[in-house]
Amino acid sequence: MNKLMSAGDVIGQLASGMTIGIGGWGPRRKPMALVREILRSDLKDLTVVAYGGADVGMLCAAGKVRKVVFAFVSLDFIPLEPYFRLARQKGELEIMEIDEGMYLLGLRAAAMRVPFLPTKIGLGTDVLRHNPQIKTIVSPYADGRELVAMPALELDAALIHVDRADARGVCQIKGPDHYMDDVMARAASKTYVSCDELVEASFFASPEEARYVFWERSETTGVVHIPGGAHPSSCSPLYGFDVPHFKEYQASAGQENGWSDYVQKYVGDSEAYYQQQVGGVEAIRKLPLPTY
Amino acid sequence: MAQEYTLAELMICAASEAWRNDGEVLATGIGTLPRLAASLSMLSTNPDLMMTDSEAFLLSAPNPIGPRAADFKPAYETWMGFSRIFDNVWGGKRHAMVGPTQIDRFGQANISCIGDYAKPKAMMLGVRGFPGNSISHANSFFVPGHNTRVFKDGECDVVASIGYNPARLAKGYSLDEVDIRLVITDLCVMDFGGPEHQIRLRSLHPGITVEQVQQNTGFPVFVPEDVITTPAPTAEQLEIIRRMDPHNLRARELKDNPPGDRTAR
Repeated sequence: MNKLMSAGDVIGQLASGMTIGIGGWGPRRKPMALVREILRSDLKDLTVVAYGGADVGMLCAAGKVRKVVFAFVSLDFIPLEPYFRLARQKGELEIMEIDEGMYLLGLRAAAMRVPFLPTKIGLGTDVLRHNPQIKTIVSPYADGRELVAMPALELDAALIHVDRADARGVCQIKGPDHYMDDVMARAASKTYVSCDELVEASFFASPEEARYVFWERSETTGVVHIPGGAHPSSCSPLYGFDVPHFKEYQASAGQENGWSDYVQKYVGDSEAYYQQQVGGVEAIRKLPLPTY
Repeated sequence: MAQEYTLAELMICAASEAWRNDGEVLATGIGTLPRLAASLSMLSTNPDLMMTDSEAFLLSAPNPIGPRAADFKPAYETWMGFSRIFDNVWGGKRHAMVGPTQIDRFGQANISCIGDYAKPKAMMLGVRGFPGNSISHANSFFVPGHNTRVFKDGECDVVASIGYNPARLAKGYSLDEVDIRLVITDLCVMDFGGPEHQIRLRSLHPGITVEQVQQNTGFPVFVPEDVITTPAPTAEQLEIIRRMDPHNLRARELKDNPPGDRTAR
């Protein structure tokens, strides 16, 4: 089965009003080229589910978002995501703010095709006060304790960036952490993956390579080959996140017309234009890995 | 002559005490000074501690903070990506030290946002892992600026982590299950060991008075009779701190990098 498609094809399979999960974590391994393709599209009223970084910030800045499901939105070395912050402080976002682990449980419930998973997390906190749709239950066993019934976070689509993939949708994440991307792929009706490198199926033949494949190809709907497609987020070990670029992005949020200037300078009308503006894949691949 | 030390170093040493009697738990210090405190504890008072590389691996010895030589080899022990961090958190074998924006008299804490929830005056990080951490394992707080905005009157604007608040206790749970340990600030060390889990003064940093602590706390602090002075760092502790922070990043964490002893001279 050949699942190769273009970023435009992916956007063509999405629709306004959808609930879209975005993989990665903060400034790390975000499918930014696919996010930029959404910025260039007519899509709107999206519900975005993410361990958020600039993916969430940019979609908010562009007015694409109706609702954000999040535990944090941060660029790590820039703790507060500038455009998400602006959108929140204008009071224009619908939100579902939950604990990082509740988020994982919500994805897991969706992946398991159950309506909820029980947990202690959230009890006693304002997560429950601000999310009256999240119900509690009482344990049916002798303990009789109250538990949160974390609802399944069902996704119409998931967008994920990986190091490499083949045309059948076998995806490899060679970086130190695959985050919750495997669970997200299972929680979504359709999973679209951008990859830095497109490889032959034979690439995965050795156990050393196959070990870094975290979900079966049946969970992958489409594969888009976009070298450098995580930029300005990182795709360790191939490249780190672009600190100067994020600083410029952050500064733009404090300037008049900052967002439209950023869009004009970088997003443009195609990914080819974007890559040209940031110095090409060669420059992206040279970005140093962060030291934690 | 006593050795000179900075307030940051005093706070690192005081904070490292949080893990002394923990045995084998994951020590997570969020931020430069708490991370150095956890590293110090692992290299002195509690060698059984576990720490990560702040990315995705557990280490058998803590990494120095900041840029490291190209040939530096971290002492990897096992993979510890975020999904596995949650496995650890939910099992309870962890003690985190975090820096909340607000802490109230119940020990409830906030890093989500300030002001009206629908339209916040200041959006911060979001609740992150605070709800799960606080109901699953021990937590300590690190407060570089002790004032009434942090230690606020009333409840936190967003209760992101639970504390000793009977009004919020879920059915079948006990306040004794809440486990807030030390509160290390630039003025003192406190805990929630006062009557009915009231915040309690444990030690005053050199040159700081009880009145200063109370004036900068938005609710009453329980002051026992035997409040000691926070012990000065030992030469051994300072040597470990320098080794773990070779670029002196700790000097940038507190405004003007004040000395540890603020007794008027």
